[in-house]
Order: sequence, then C-alpha cells, then structure tokens
Amino acid sequence: MRGSLGGRVAQIVPTLLLVTVLVFLLQHLMPGDPASIMAGEEQDPQLIAQIRAELWLDRPLPVQYLHWLGNVLRGNLGYSWRMREPIAHLVAEKLPVTLQLSAMAFCIAVAIGVPTGVIAAVRRNSAWDYLATGVGLAGLSTPNFWLGIMLILLVSVDLGWLPPSGYVPLSEDWRQSLATTIMPAFVLGNAIAAVLMRHTRSAMLTSLDQDFVRTARAKGLSEGRVILRHALRAALVPVVTLGALELGTLLSGAVLTEQVFSIPGFGKLIVDAVFNRDYPVVQGVVLVTATLYVCLNLAADVLYVLINPRLRGA
Amino acid sequence: MARRRFLQRPSAVGGLVVVVGFVAVAALAPLVAPDDPSATSWSLIRKAPSLLHWMGTDENGRDVLSRVIWGARASLLAGVVSVLIAGGVGVPAGVLAGFAGGRTDAVLSRVVDAMLACPFLILAIALAAFLGPSLQNAMIAIGVTAAPIFMRVARAATLDVAASDYVEAARAVGNPSWRVALRHVVPNIAPPVLVHATLAIAMAIIAEASLSFLGLGQQPPAPSWGSMLNAAQRFLTQAPWLAVFPGAAIFLAVLAFNLVGDGLRDALDPRDGGRS
Repeated sequence: MRGSLGGRVAQIVPTLLLVTVLVFLLQHLMPGDPASIMAGEEQDPQLIAQIRAELWLDRPLPVQYLHWLGNVLRGNLGYSWRMREPIAHLVAEKLPVTLQLSAMAFCIAVAIGVPTGVIAAVRRNSAWDYLATGVGLAGLSTPNFWLGIMLILLVSVDLGWLPPSGYVPLSEDWRQSLATTIMPAFVLGNAIAAVLMRHTRSAMLTSLDQDFVRTARAKGLSEGRVILRHALRAALVPVVTLGALELGTLLSGAVLTEQVFSIPGFGKLIVDAVFNRDYPVVQGVVLVTATLYVCLNLAADVLYVLINPRLRGA
Repeated sequence: MARRRFLQRPSAVGGLVVVVGFVAVAALAPLVAPDDPSATSWSLIRKAPSLLHWMGTDENGRDVLSRVIWGARASLLAGVVSVLIAGGVGVPAGVLAGFAGGRTDAVLSRVVDAMLACPFLILAIALAAFLGPSLQNAMIAIGVTAAPIFMRVARAATLDVAASDYVEAARAVGNPSWRVALRHVVPNIAPPVLVHATLAIAMAIIAEASLSFLGLGQQPPAPSWGSMLNAAQRFLTQAPWLAVFPGAAIFLAVLAFNLVGDGLRDALDPRDGGRS
C-alpha cells in the first residue's frame, strides 16, 4: 500500500510542474505587453523599460519561467497590480472564507445526496426513485448562480428570513455567520448533492445485488439493518472518494456563488481580479486552486485505499 | 436497435423534442421574436409580463421574450462551437495517445492531467480573461478547457477498440497504422464520444452563461441568457421577472441536453442497465 501511495505522490510532481508551465503561459495569451498595461495611460518608454526589467520580461521565456517558478516555490506568488499587496497574503485572507462555505456545502450535499440515493435504490422503479432521479437531474441542470438569485428572491426578498448578501466571519458571530452562509452553501451544495445522489443510487444497486447482502437477509436480519449496516457500508466506498473529488468542484462553483451573494472569498478574488485586469492575481488563484485540487485528488486516492478493505492489505 | 432503445425512453424523447424546439427557435429568431431585441423604449421600462409583452420588459424597455429568443442563438452556438473545438482537439489527441501508446501517450496524458488539475470554470475564466471578453473568446476558452475530457474519453475508447480482434486482423493483413486508426478505430469510438459530446453541450451552455454572467462572454447590447441574468440582479426587488425567464431558459436547455445524453448513453451502451 505504501509503495502504491508513494508512486502516486511521485506522479503528482510532474503534473504540478506542468500546471506551473500552463499557468505561466497564460500570461502570454494576453493581448499587449504587461509592462505597458502597468505603465498606465502615459506610456512613458523609460518607465515601461524599467517595469520590463523589474519583472524579468526582457529575458528569454525559459529564464522568465525559471525565475517565476523559483519565486512560487518560495511562496512568493507575486504582487497584485491593483492592490499592491503580495498575492500570497490575499489568498491566505480569502481562502478560509471559501473553505467554510465549501465545508458547509459539502455537509449539505451529503445530507441530501446520500439518503435520497439510498431511498431511490431501495425503492427502485417506484415513484420515489423517479422523483429522486428527476430532482437529481434537475439539480445538475440548474446553473447555481440562477438558483442563488431565485433563492434570494424567495427567501430574502419575499420572506425576509435571511440576509440576501454579505458575510460575517465565524469568529465574529457564529449565528450571523451561519445566517449569511447557509443559503450560498445550499446553492453550492445543490449540484454536488445531485452527483452524490446518482452515485449512491448506482453503488447501492450494485451492492444490493451482492452475495453478502443475500447472506445477511438469509440470516434473518431486519431489512433496515441489511441496508444500513451491509449494503450502504459497501456502497459508501466509491461515494466517499467521489465526494473528496467533488470538493475540488466546490472551489469552481464558489466563484459564481460568491459573486451572487457578495461573499468576499476566493472566488470573488478571481472575479474582481479579472474585472480589474489584475492578471498576476488570476494566475495566482489558478495555481493555488490547481494545487489544492491535485492534493484533494491524492487525498481521495489515499482515502479509497484506507476504507476499501480489499486494498488495505495490498 | 439503438434508435429503438432511445425512442423507448420517454424522458430522452422529451429532451430531444425540447432540443429541437430550442434549435428551431434560435434558427428562426428573426421570424419568431415579436420585437427587435435591441429596440429600447423609455415608456416601456421594467413593465411586468402582460399580453403585449409575455415576459415583460427590461431596464431599457426591451422585450424580454425577444431577448430570450435571440439569446438562444448565443447559448446554442456557444454550446455547439465549444464542443466542436473541444472534440476537434481532444478526439484526435485521444486516438493518437491510445493508438500510439508509449512516450506519445505518456506526454499527452501528463498534459491532460495538468489541464484537468485546474477546476473547469476557473480555467475557463482565466483563459477568457486573458484572451479578452467576447463570445468568440468565451467559446475558445470553454472549448480548450473541455478538450482534455474529450481526450480521456477518446483514449479510453481507443484502447478498448484497439484490443479487439478486427483491429488486430486489420493490422495483421498489413494495413498501415494510420489506415487502421482511421478506418477501424475512429468509427468505432463514435458512440461514447457522441454521448459525451451531448452531455458536454449541456455543460458548455452553463459555462457560457456563467462567463456571460461575469461579463466575459457575449457583450451587451447583444442578448445572452447569462448577461441578462447579470443585469437582472440589480432589479431583483423591482423586476423579478428579469431573473426568472433567462434562467428558466438555461435550465430547460441544459436539462434537455442532459436527458438526450442520458438516453443516448443507455441506448448505445445497454450494459449499464440504467444504473446511472
């Protein structure tokens, strides 16, 4: 087991290196010269030359890349053109907000997706199954920013139950924090709930056909016990790993959700950077997200080995 | 056989009818839209839905129904073109990786791994931001971002097909590799690629709407569902209908493509037994 995990860890190194190449090359898709954009409207040639030298833009591309990579490895993601702040600081400030939102969204997704998947599988081809499958497909087809707008309309504007936007940190006032994040977390968790529901249903259908379930039934165990203790336990193995993978998707979904609910998180950081043409921040956010995503993938693999009894001894 | 299986699924047929409806409306937009989607009117600002304007009017007095109809063009065009870009890049790369194997496969697979390491929307936003905001660049950004998944699907299908007896036979009689790939592999990987393409159109429509919502897709005053939702956010209390209809259009179009994709998958791959 250790060997295979070691191999997996070794595999992510070239992937991450290639990610850095892709992120570095993003900058070169940009129309125009970054130095002249930074120089502002006056376009003083001396200033442009100075900025080019400072940013190493006057060196060959591979040298620029190695210089940039060296900085990244030392934790220096560069400076925001707009906010004149180190990008690493901005990321460290905004990431916890998005992580709180993602964690809540994930809990909501599990609480909705797994039980509905189990019910749909146990009552296969019944009205419950059709309802759960239909709602799941609808959840997958709903753009989360539209769902957010509709919820604001219903829950905040019409009913006045929750604030329509804003964010209060957990450390400041946990009740207010929950009130400001529960709706966006639901929106964010909705699509994941649909994915989890589909996979739980599929895994449960496979699991319910297995010999050990038949044996458990033959032993005279109650149906609830057979489903929860035997079938679901086996079905959860692929579902848990899939869940870990979906955590990465949450980071993507957070971009739009944070925009709709005006939450000052990681997603809003990239959107604001895009609007302000703050390209180094866009680069930094893509790099950090990709690294997180790769690590989550690795965590999913580790989890799969740890919870799958068939692989534990391997 | 596959067609019969597809037609036996009411949800897939329903999805197909809706897709055909959207395509017809988008193609015939100049004929079916009741008004000019860009015609503003000071006397019609934010009027609620009525018999004259079924979906109401927007903040510039434009007819929302006409804008939703013309918006279908942008969304469907973006969905189809970005999937064509993704397939055009991803499928040949996947066939090459699967068929050539060895170092080619290793290099292509690592590049795909690196691209898939960036969450889809974040990479699409970054690409669209660096390329500059326009519908054309949004389609390129979505297409490039979606290409790695096409490559994976095509590679897996190619590996499957390449191991079959008829491919081995075609090789044994001395056909050059390129001919075996083009004549025997490519036609046989079409079913999984087609299923993925249909589901990818649904994903691309959401992605285009997301980019337009952020101001990175279709630029105003040209109508698009995403940018209509962006504008609607400012008038939620005064004109909620502005947010309801474009969003419902996205939802319906995406749901329809998902239903067709699911139907195609079940029809073309009956081994799954309707499990997913």
